[in-house]
Order: sequence, then C-alpha cells, then structure tokens
Amino acid sequence: MDPMMPPPVRRIAVDRDPYVAPAQPAGNGHAPAAAPSTRLRAARPIAAQVRERMRIESLWLAYGENWVVRDVSLPVRQGEVLAMIGASGSGKTTLLRSLNRLTEITTGAARSGRITLDGTDIHELEVNELRRHVTMVFQQPNPFPMSIFDNVAYALAERPGRGGRRRRRSAEIERAVTDALHRAGLYDEVAGDLDRSALRLSGGQQQRLCIARALAAEPEVLLLDEPCSALDPISTATIEELIVSLRESVAIVIVTHNLQQAFRVADHVAFMHLGELVEYGTSEQVFDRPAMQRTRDYISGAFG
Amino acid sequence: MAATELAPAPPSGSVIARAPRERTSAWPLIDRIGYYMCWAVGIGLCLIALAIVLFMFVKGISYLRPSLLLHSPAPSVVQSQSGGFLDPIEGTLLVAAIGTVLAAPLGVAIAAWLSEYRRPAWLARAVESAIEIISGAPSVVLALFGLLIFAQSFLGFLSQRAATGAVYGRSFFAAGAVMSVLALPLIVSSAREGFAQLPDRLREASYALGRTRATTIRRVLLPAIRPDIATGTALGMGRIVGDTAIITILLGAGLTIQPVGHTPVSSLLRGTGPTLTSYVYENSPAGEGLAPQKAYAAAFVLLLIVLALNAFVTWLTNRGAQPRERGRAYRLLRFEWIPWTR
Amino acid sequence: MLGALAVAVLVLIGAMLVTVLIKAWPSFSHNGLSWFGPGGDVDTQIRAMAESKPLPGHSLYYFRGWPLIWGTLLTTVLAVLIALVVSMLAAIFLTEFAPPAVRRVLDPVIRLLAGVPSVIYGLIGILVIARYIDNHWISNARRASVNYVVQLNGNDVMTATLILTLMILPIMVAITASALASVPGAWREGSLALGVNRWRTVWRVSLRTARPAIAAATVLATARALGEAVMLAMVSGGRGFAPNLLDGVTALFEPVRPLAATIFQNHEGLTIPVLAHTIYAMAAVLLVSAGMLSFAAWFAKQRFNRYGIRA
Repeated sequence: MDPMMPPPVRRIAVDRDPYVAPAQPAGNGHAPAAAPSTRLRAARPIAAQVRERMRIESLWLAYGENWVVRDVSLPVRQGEVLAMIGASGSGKTTLLRSLNRLTEITTGAARSGRITLDGTDIHELEVNELRRHVTMVFQQPNPFPMSIFDNVAYALAERPGRGGRRRRRSAEIERAVTDALHRAGLYDEVAGDLDRSALRLSGGQQQRLCIARALAAEPEVLLLDEPCSALDPISTATIEELIVSLRESVAIVIVTHNLQQAFRVADHVAFMHLGELVEYGTSEQVFDRPAMQRTRDYISGAFG
Repeated sequence: MAATELAPAPPSGSVIARAPRERTSAWPLIDRIGYYMCWAVGIGLCLIALAIVLFMFVKGISYLRPSLLLHSPAPSVVQSQSGGFLDPIEGTLLVAAIGTVLAAPLGVAIAAWLSEYRRPAWLARAVESAIEIISGAPSVVLALFGLLIFAQSFLGFLSQRAATGAVYGRSFFAAGAVMSVLALPLIVSSAREGFAQLPDRLREASYALGRTRATTIRRVLLPAIRPDIATGTALGMGRIVGDTAIITILLGAGLTIQPVGHTPVSSLLRGTGPTLTSYVYENSPAGEGLAPQKAYAAAFVLLLIVLALNAFVTWLTNRGAQPRERGRAYRLLRFEWIPWTR
Repeated sequence: MLGALAVAVLVLIGAMLVTVLIKAWPSFSHNGLSWFGPGGDVDTQIRAMAESKPLPGHSLYYFRGWPLIWGTLLTTVLAVLIALVVSMLAAIFLTEFAPPAVRRVLDPVIRLLAGVPSVIYGLIGILVIARYIDNHWISNARRASVNYVVQLNGNDVMTATLILTLMILPIMVAITASALASVPGAWREGSLALGVNRWRTVWRVSLRTARPAIAAATVLATARALGEAVMLAMVSGGRGFAPNLLDGVTALFEPVRPLAATIFQNHEGLTIPVLAHTIYAMAAVLLVSAGMLSFAAWFAKQRFNRYGIRA
C-alpha cells in the first residue's frame, strides 16, 4: 500500500453515513439510504433477483508441492458482484482461474474438491463448453490483432445460433456484436467504424472491448482478473459503473487488490490470505464489522 | 502478523493430481482432422529423416572399407575394385578450410561494422540488402561469377595457364574463395545476433574507461561472442561441405588432386581435385555412373561430416547464452541457421 | 577501415549483378522476348551453339527457353505450395500439440533435413525414389501414351517436386514455428478463455499474426528452390522437355530440367562464347526472379502491417 495514501476504510468510515442498509436478496425494492460518498451504491437499485450460478465446495489447489488454495467454499450468484480481496500470493487469482479451468494450462496442478456450474461439476463438462459459459477478462487488455467487429464476434462462431442452426447467419452475428458493445458501454464510441483495428483503441476502450468480447457469447458468469489495474482513473470509473450495471444479467466475480474498488462495486466480499478463505460476507460486514482479526489487519493496512 | 496454523492437507484420496487433458475427441470434425494431420506431419517428418539416415547408413556401411578412406582414387576400368576416396576427403577439407579462413574474419568484421558503427545509414542498409541477396543467390550463379573473375588473366597466378595463354580459372583457391561468399551470410547473421545480445553495460564500461570503439570491439566484444562466431563458422562450413555446384564448376571433375607447379602450399591452392560432393556426383548415375557403391560410401562419409557439424552447432547453442525468456515453446526452438539477416 | 570492407562487399555484389547482366545481353538482344517463348527443342539449340553450327534458318544465338522456364515454374510452384501446407501443419504441431519429448526430437530432425547436402538428396532420389516411381507408378499404358514424344523413366516432375519439397521444408517450418512461438501469450490465453479450442486458436489468432513470417519463409523457400541445381540435375530428367499439361496426370511423370539445373549441366560450355552468353542469360533470369521475390515479400509485409501485426 502506498504510504502516502490513507488506509481506505478509515477514510470512508469518516465520510459515510453510519447507516447503510445491507444488500437484501429477493423482494426488497428499496434503495439504501443515500450517503454522499457512496454515490455509486445509492444510485443502483438492488438486483431484482439473485440466483446462485456456481458453487465452490472445499476446493484445494496446488502447484507442485504447495497448496495455493486451501479448503475454500464460496457461492457465485447472478445479480451480485463477488469481490475477492487479499494480498499477493493469497490464492485469489488462482481461485478465479480455476473457475473456468484455466489452471489446466499449466501442468503440474493438483486439486481436490468440487466446483459446480448450475449444479453440474465443471470438470465433467467439456472444457471449451465451460469456457463459453464462464468467460474471463484479464488484467492487461488483450484485444486480438483484428478489427473491432471481428474481436467481438470472435467467440460467436462457436455457439450454435437460435433455432438450433449450426452456423449463425451474419445478420445474427451483427446483432449479437452490437448488443455486446451496447452492454459494454462501448457502442457509442466505436459505432462509426467497426472495422478499425482494435489495437488502435485507448487502454480503457480496449478493456471494454475485451468485456464486450466476453459478453458476446452470453455467458452465465463473468470473471474479471484485476481489470482496472492497468488503466487510468477515468477508465476505471467507467468500467466500475459498467460492472455494476452488468450484475443483473451475469454473475460477476472480480479479483482486485484495490480495496476502495472492492468497496465501490462489490456486494459480497471474500477475503483470502495464504490460500485460505478468511472471511466471506456482504461488503458492509467485511469492511465495517470484520469478524476476523486478520481481516481487520488487512483492511486497515497493517499488511498488503 | 502472528503465524497462524494453516489448514492441513485435504482428505487423502480426494486429490486429483493430473488435470484432465482437453478432450480433442469433443472437437468439431474439421478441427479434429486438422489435429490428426498435424500429428501425421510431425511424425512423418521424423520417420523420413530416420529413413534417410538409416538408408545411407546401411548402404554406406556395406560398401565402406577402411582402405577406401586411405587410398587415392585410381582410374581403372573396374572402378568398384580400385582405389578409395582419400583425395576427395582431402579436397573437401581443403575447400572448407579456405572458405572458412576467408569468410570468418570478413564476416565478423562486417557484423561488427553493422552492429557498432552503422554510419552512413544508407550504406548499412545497402550492405544488409547485399548480404541478403547473397544468401538467396543460387550457388550456380555464384560459381559462374567466380569463374568469370578467376578466368581474368591478371588472376592467372591463382590457377594455371594453358599453353594458349588462356587462364584456366579453376583451382582450389577459386573454389574456396567463392565458397567463402556462400558462408559469409551465415557468419554475419550469427555474429550480429551475438553482438545484439550483448548488454549495453559491457560497452559502456569499456568506453567509460577511455577505450576507443575499435579497442572495445577487439578486446571486449569479440571475445564475448566467441560462441556465436563458432556457431556461424560451423554453419558456414556445413554449407560449404554440402555444395556441389561450385565445386563442379570451379574445380572440374578430376579424380585425384593435381597440384600445379612446385611450391608446397601454393601448388595445392592452384591445383584442382575432387571433393566428396563432386566425387559422389561423378560416381552416381548422373555422372559417369560407374561405381554407385563408391558413391554410397562417399555419401555416407559426407553425411557423417555434416551430422558432426550439426551436433557441434547444437552443443554450442545449448551450452551458450541464456535462452531468451519468450515462453516455453520458444526455448525449445532455436533456429539460428536460418539464413536471414536483420 | 571496417566501413571500407563493407563497401568492398557491396561493390562485389553490385559487380556480380552488373556483370551477369552484361554478359547475358547478347543472348537477349538476338532473341528478343521470344527468348522466353517456345520454339523447338532446347537441347538441340544448345548443341548447335556448342558445335558452332547454327540451325538452318536461324542465327547461332537462336534460343527458345520456354521449356526450361516452364520446368522451373512447375517444379518450384508445386514444391512451394505443398511445402506451405505441410510446413504450417508441422509448425503448428511443433509449437502446440507436440509433447515435450517429441519436440526435443523434432528440433534436431529439422536441422538434419536442412543440412543434408543436395547431392545426397539427389543420390537417394535417383537410386531409390526414381526407381520406385519407374517401377510402380508409371504403368505401361502411360508409357505408351507419350512414347512418340518422350521416354518416361522415373526421373520426372514428380520425383523432383517431392524431393524439392523435402529440401525447402526445414526453412519454412523453422521460420513459421519461430513466429508462432513469438505470438504474445496473452492472445493465446485470451482465446482459450473464450472457449475456443487450441486448433482454432492457433488457426485464427496465431497463424494470422504469423502471416508476415510465413510470407518471408515462402520467399526464402522459393529462392532456395529456384537455385537448386544439383539435385534437380540428377533427378528431374536431364532433358529440356516441357511437360504437356494436356496429358493430364502423365504430365507429372514427364522429364523436365529447370534453369539452374541446365546451367549446371552445361557449365562446360562456358568456354564457347555464344553458349556462354546463353548460360549467363539463364543466370540473369534466375537473379532477376530472386530479386522480384524479395520485392514481393517486402510488399506483402507492408500489407500485413495494417492490423498492427508485428512483422
């Protein structure tokens, strides 16, 4: 943590209104009481419906001799944003990558436990099938060296079109691309020329393009691996708003080492340390009333 | 942070150590066909190479006798009984030596100039283009050009003169000289790779001590890139040893080494003779075709020389500089022998 | 001083180009553009020049090189096309699908194939491949069908193309594999994370990025194929014959003799002035083709730079 920057929660604690209604699942249509600094929170309505998409049960992961993830159990729900926070090496990125089996690219990974998607063990699904349902956006924007349109349409060829056709027709693809670009909030900026090379976009636009690309396949779960760490603050704010707006249609899991970001966007927070899930709860619980001493220490900046 | 007890290992028996490999059987048919074709090509190449080596080995061993290596070719009606190919071996070594001795210093010098000086810039680009042109030029054309040069009368001392005063133009030196042009691009590109990989702090340290650029190159940089120079020279030698066109055009098709004149070294350089490649060519059905067994035996010896040079290059590159960090696959692929320059 | 050496090399190369062109000029000037056209048997024309007995009705310089050019085109284009496909598959195998043990074997294998001298390829070609094709693939009916024009033995387009492909494969595989391995891992990982399988990832992302390198590899391979003289002289048939495509598949079994091989086989004729000019003309054609190839490669690279693909 930057010694010049004050620890996050204390600053927020000073500014915020003491009462914030916790995010309630189904049935609650009220917005929480507004507080000036929690503008992001107040502006968004509670998701109408929260349903569980993925469940991690007693997951252990190892690379070589070390267990990198130890006995973690978490639910991933559509309608909310799950943030995983923790210091470097806490296993949060590994856990994220295991959700779409990206850990299998490295050899020598061992695991124990279960991860299910809509009830099915993901290791029984065909891996590419899984990755169309659970897509990922990486830390560094990585648009392919193609046009914007081709980038977003990239994964579309894999999924059969409506009505069971094997190949999608180009009108369908075009509609899907524009939909995805709208959802990612990028359409207005690039609508003029979708055949432009994607590499010419700015960093924030590229990352939104990657999000659009991930959304084009209409996944159930969207994984974000520190998506804003390479971006400037304005792009970061845009993407955070985007994340919050997407949570109703897609379950979102975001890994971040930026505690302020976690506070801004997350509904549930999982704090990991040395591979263990130390604390899991709503973001108010974890940031304001952390149950574990380790969580308190981390949030107050005693270690990072 | 007080040390806390971490959870113990997971229940035994539940650990799955090997990640399931991506099931290619689940891929669409077109992709699967591509996958199997890749495998077929990969294994096929290995098999073809194996077949070539085995075939040459079997044929070569069956016809190779130690006496063949020690005797000179003797013209005779029954070729299969008479003489060996000592002369062609000597010829190959001689041409390789001349070619390398001429090419290595020149190549290293050019590489040093291209890496360290590069002024004027248009000249550097022109030289790079020229080297690329040479590396792409057919060896027959180079041989023709060489013949043209060496047939000039003022260069008659490098070969022999016929009674009419016409310069023969063919000699070991002529062949070696043109061979050096052949090996030049390989040495230049290897040396340039070497120079490029040297960290700048090496040069800065030397300049900071007040040394000139020339001294720096001579005493600091050149010793540092010795492995690259060795690699380039070995690659160049491999190319020289394997070439037939230049030999046939610039050395004729004799059977034995014929020195010209009587002074010890220069008579050899001015003389003509066979090399393994021209010997194989002459004895194959495309040449005189009288002794295919000799052709096989000589070809086998030639192949052994090339394999030895290859192994030497592999050993050099494996024990040399650190592989650049570019990913798992790249570390296993080091194709420095590609004849292209930057 | 080093600069002077560099200039010396430059002068040498320039002199080579200029000299070859100058020496070639008489042959071109006497024949004009028909030098490249068809018109009689090339071997007869060469023999006429060698014996200084001009053919009736023609000058001593008379030469119609079409059969040689056609032979060069046929073998080179076929070999490069086949090698392109095979080398892409081999490079993909090397970088993506090969288990590490196989990769460790393939690397020296490719170096070996590149290092085998062309005379050994020619030897194997003449004594093994050509004989095999002669015995098993050329039926008597085929032989009879072209008997009035040419005798078929195993030395033909097919043998020449097969071995030529094998000779140019290593260069293409090496360059393509090197380019594939240099594709940024982020693109590959990003594609896999979108649920695209490894084959399609390679095809749609990596190969696309490697297109400039593949173009460069093709140019290098074509230059190599153009310049191959010895192996082709041994294996392709030794007759300046232009295979007739109208013969269908049999055309593949007809003899050819590409330009470089012709130069090689007639090199003794360099002492005879008229023949020397003709030979230099052939060399000039080869050099100019190699030059045009380089230009085409440079042009292709410019086009591929459009999407920010690194060349």
